[in-house]
Amino acid sequence: MPIPDLEVQYTKIFINNEWHESSSGGKMPVLNPASGDVLCEVEEGSPEDVDKAVRSARAAFQLGSPWRRMDASDRGELLSRLADLVERDRLLLATLEALDSGKLFLMAYFVDLVATIKTLRYFGGWADKIQGRTIPVDGDYFTYTRHEPIGVCGQIIPWNFPVMMFAWKIAPALCCGNTVVIKPAQQTPLTALHMAALIKEAGFPPGVVNVVPGYGPTVGNAIAQHMDIDKVAFTGSTAVGKLIQKAAGDSNLKRVTLELGGKNPIIVFADCNLEYAVQQAHSGLFFNQGQCCLAGSRVFVEEPIYEEFVRRSVEKARAKILGNPLVPGVDQGPQIDQQQFDKILELIESGRKEGATLECGGAPWGQRGLFIQPTVFSDVTDGMRIAKEEIFGPVQQIMRFRGVHEVVQRANSSQYGLAAGVFTSDMDKALTVSSALQAGMVWVNCYNAMSTQCPFGGFKMSGNGRELGEYALNEYTEVKAVTIKISQKNS
Amino acid sequence: MLRAALSRTLPQISGISSCRYSAAAIPAPNAQPEVHYNKLFISNEWQDAVSGRAFPTINPSTGEVICQVAEADKVDVDKAVKAAKDAFRLGSPWRRMDASHRGLLLNRLADAIERDTAYLAELETLDNGKPYAISYCVDVPMVVKCLRYYAGWADKCEGKTIPIDGDYFSYTRHEPVGVCGQIIPWNFPLLMQAWKLGPALATGNTVVMKVAEQTPLTALYIASLIKEVGFPPGVVNILPGMGPSAGAAIAGHMEVDKIAFTGSTEVGHLIQKASASSNLKKVTLELGGKSPNIILSDANMEEAVEQSHFALFFNQGQCCCAGSRTYVQESIYNEFVERSVELAKKRVVGDPFNLKTDQGPQVDEDQFQKILGYISSGKKEGAKLMCGGGAAADRGYFIQPTIFGNVQDNMTIAREEIFGPVMQILKFKDLEEVVERANDTMYGLASAVFTKDIDKAHYISSGLRTGTVWINCYNVFGAQAPFGGYKMSGNGRELGEYGLQNYTEVKTVTIKVPQKNS
Repeated sequence: MPIPDLEVQYTKIFINNEWHESSSGGKMPVLNPASGDVLCEVEEGSPEDVDKAVRSARAAFQLGSPWRRMDASDRGELLSRLADLVERDRLLLATLEALDSGKLFLMAYFVDLVATIKTLRYFGGWADKIQGRTIPVDGDYFTYTRHEPIGVCGQIIPWNFPVMMFAWKIAPALCCGNTVVIKPAQQTPLTALHMAALIKEAGFPPGVVNVVPGYGPTVGNAIAQHMDIDKVAFTGSTAVGKLIQKAAGDSNLKRVTLELGGKNPIIVFADCNLEYAVQQAHSGLFFNQGQCCLAGSRVFVEEPIYEEFVRRSVEKARAKILGNPLVPGVDQGPQIDQQQFDKILELIESGRKEGATLECGGAPWGQRGLFIQPTVFSDVTDGMRIAKEEIFGPVQQIMRFRGVHEVVQRANSSQYGLAAGVFTSDMDKALTVSSALQAGMVWVNCYNAMSTQCPFGGFKMSGNGRELGEYALNEYTEVKAVTIKISQKNS
Repeated sequence: MLRAALSRTLPQISGISSCRYSAAAIPAPNAQPEVHYNKLFISNEWQDAVSGRAFPTINPSTGEVICQVAEADKVDVDKAVKAAKDAFRLGSPWRRMDASHRGLLLNRLADAIERDTAYLAELETLDNGKPYAISYCVDVPMVVKCLRYYAGWADKCEGKTIPIDGDYFSYTRHEPVGVCGQIIPWNFPLLMQAWKLGPALATGNTVVMKVAEQTPLTALYIASLIKEVGFPPGVVNILPGMGPSAGAAIAGHMEVDKIAFTGSTEVGHLIQKASASSNLKKVTLELGGKSPNIILSDANMEEAVEQSHFALFFNQGQCCCAGSRTYVQESIYNEFVERSVELAKKRVVGDPFNLKTDQGPQVDEDQFQKILGYISSGKKEGAKLMCGGGAAADRGYFIQPTIFGNVQDNMTIAREEIFGPVMQILKFKDLEEVVERANDTMYGLASAVFTKDIDKAHYISSGLRTGTVWINCYNVFGAQAPFGGYKMSGNGRELGEYGLQNYTEVKTVTIKVPQKNS
C-alpha cells in the first residue's frame, strides 16, 4: 500500500553532498498529473548551478582524490550499499514516483523499484571486473591497456521511468569510476533528489554525484554545451537528441550516447499462440500509459488472423480501468503533462482524418487529471501519421500484412530502430525475421522482457550506444594504451 | 555496516602484506569459543557418518583435543555425491534459478560471515593456531571479499554468438560443469573454502567438499550459514574426513565431474592418477612451492628485509607461496642477513589469542617433526644457522623463527618445501644467473623481485617461470587477480575472471537457418 500523506523531504539542488538553493532564485512547481495539484516546489537549476556542479564533479575526479584512490571493489560496495538503501526506502520511493509521474503505484513498487535495485547491484558487481589487457606488440616493448573512467559525465534523464532511468545512468558511470552531473526531468525531479540523499547516506564522497533539477533549454543545454564535461548521456526524444549531438560538436566534442524514441513493430504471424500474442501486444503498447520508448506502436498482423486479433485487442482495451494510480485495481493512470496530453489527442485526430478505423477510445477520460481513454485504430496504413510518428500515449495501431519479406521491409522503413517483437511458433521464421529487423532489441514470443544483464539501445535514429549489460561499460570507459620500452622482450 | 568495515579496514585490506592493525581496533577474543557443528553436512542436514566413526581435532597451541568430529568415508561420499547430483538435475531449483539470484545468495553468505567475524576468527585460531589478530583482520575479511567478488560474476558469465561459415546460427553456452569435488588444506581453512565455493557456486555447480582433518571446524560453521541464507539443499555438501578414505573416494568417484585440490604436490599426483583411473574428471591442482624471492643491490633495503621476513614467516611459514629461497645480490648480502636476523629475533612466538603474538604454533605434530627434521638437515649439510633452530615452547607445536645463511642450491633446505618458519638466504652475482637458479626447481608457484630499476624488473619478471611475480612487494592477493602454479606447483588458476573457467563447461549450439546474414 502506498504511504498516505507523504511529505516531500528533498527539494533543493544537490552539489558536493550538500543541498543548495538555485543561483537564479527560480523555483519549479511539481505537479501530480492525476489531480493537477501542485505537489511542491523544487529549486530550479540554472547554468551557474551546472557550473558549480561541474566544478564539484571535476574536483572529485582529480588524481589523488578519495574517489580516484578508492579500490574498485569499494566502488562496487558503495553501489551495493546504495541498493540496500533503495530497498529500505522502496515503499517511499514507489509512492513518490506514482505521485510525481502518474504511473501505477503497484507498477512503481514491483517493476520500477525492483529494476532500480537490480541495476545498482548488477553494476556494483562489475566495478572490480573492468579489465584492460596486456598486448603482444611487435618490438621490445611491454604494452598494456588501462580502462580508465572518462571523467565528468553529464546525464539527462526523462520523466517516464524517473528513478529507474536515474539508476540506469549513474550505476555504470560510477562503477567505472566517473563522476556525474545529472539532470532529472523537470516534470519528475522528486525521486532523483531522494536518491541523492541516499547517495550521501551510502558514503559516496562529495562531488561524485551531483543532481541539478531544471529545464532542458537551460540546464540541459548547459550540460550539453559545457567545455568541462567529458561525456553526455541523454535519454529522451529524437528531436532533443539531435540538439545534444549538435551541442557536443559545437563545444568540446564530448562523447555522446543517446537513447531516443521508437515506433516499434510487433509482427504477429498466423502460426502464433493468438491469445498470448494479443496480450503481449496489448501490454507492449499500453504499459506505463503508452509512455515507453519501447512501446509496440505498430502491430503488424498476418492476414488470416487479423480480424480476430483486432477484435480481441479491442476487448482488452475496453476492459482497462482508469483512475487514481495509487489505488490497486486501476490499470491506467494519467499522461504526464498538458503538452503530452494535447499531442496525443492531436495525433488521434489525425488518425481519424487520415482514414484509420477508430475501434475504441479516442477521447479524454475523467473530470480532472490528464487521462486519455485506451484507444485502438485498425486498418492503419504505413503513410498515416499515427503509423510514422511516436505518439507516446495509449493509442494502439493495428495493420495487416501478407508475406514475410513484405512485413520485414515495412517494419524496417522507419527512421527509428529501437525494438521489435515477433510472434511465431516457427523457428526458421523467428531466426530469419530477428536477424533481418533493424532494431537494437528483438523479442521473440515475448515483449518488454528486459533484464539488467542484457544491452539496450537503438539502431538508426533511436540512438547510439548501449545501456545495461557488460556493453554499457564501454560507454563509460576511456582506453589508454601504455607502452614501456624494455631491453629484451620474451613471449 | 559498510562504513564501520571501512574504518576498521586497513590501508591494504586486499593485500596481506603490511597488516598495520592496532590492538585497540580488534575486540578481545574469547579463547574458548563453543563448537556448534561437528557432523557431516549433506543436503542441508547434519548427519553422523554411516560408520558412526569420529576423529579428534586438536588445538595446536596445547596439543589437547578440542572435540570429536564425525568422520566421513566412501559411503558418506556416495551420499553426498548423490545429493549434489540431485541438486544439479535439469529443472531443479538450483538449475532454474536466475544467475543474478545465485549472486544474491553469495552476497548474503558474505553478509552473514561478516556478521559472525569475531566468532569465526576465534574458531579459526583455536583449530589452526594462527594469531587471532590475523584471523580477524585478514582471513575473515578476505573471505568476505572473495565471496562478494564472485557474487558479482554470477550473472556476467557470458557465452558468445559466433560468425560461423554457412547458413547457421552458432552460439556458446557457458554451463556449469556439474558436481564438483573440492579438497581443501589446513593452512587457511576459511579462505581456501571461499576460494573454492565462490567460483563454483557463481557458475551454478554443486559441491562436495572435503575439509582438512586438522581444521574442520570453521568450514562446518560456514555450512550452517549456507543453509541460513537459503542455498537449496544439496548444492553444498561438506564432509570432514581423511585423505586416503574420503578424499580418495571423491577423486575416484565416477559421478563427480571435476575435482579441485589444494595441498601437497605428493597428493596432487594421487588426485590426478585417480581421475585418470576413474572417469577422467577435470582436475585443477594448487600444490606446493619453493618460491624464490630475489633482492637486487639497488632495492630499498629496509622494505626488502621487512617484506622478505613477511614472505617467509607469515602464517607460521605455512604458505604454499612462502618466499623460501631468498636470493640476495652479493654486494648487499651481509647487511641483508644481519637485518633479517635482527627482525627474526624480534618475532613474538606464543599464544595466538594474545593480540601481541606474531607467530602461533605449527598446525600439528607431523608438521612440527618434519620441520625440525629439515632444520637438522640444514645444519648437517653445512648451512650456517643464524638464529632459532629448535622448538620454542614445552607444549604445543611452536618452533623458533629460524634463519640459515650461506645456503647452497643443492641443500635439502633449498630444494624441498619446509612449510615452517625457516628462512634460507642465498647469494648471487648477476641477473641471468639468478633467474636460472630461481627456475631450477620442479615448482613454479610464486616469486618476487626487489629493485628500483624498471628494466631489471621486467627482465626478471618475464624470465621467472612462476604463476605470480611480485615486484617490490610479497603476498599481495586480491580476489580479482588470478593465482596458480607453473610446473609441479599445479595447473589451472584460481581467483579473478580466470577462476571461472575451471568451473565452466562450454557448449556450442549450432542451428540451421534458411539464410544467414551478417
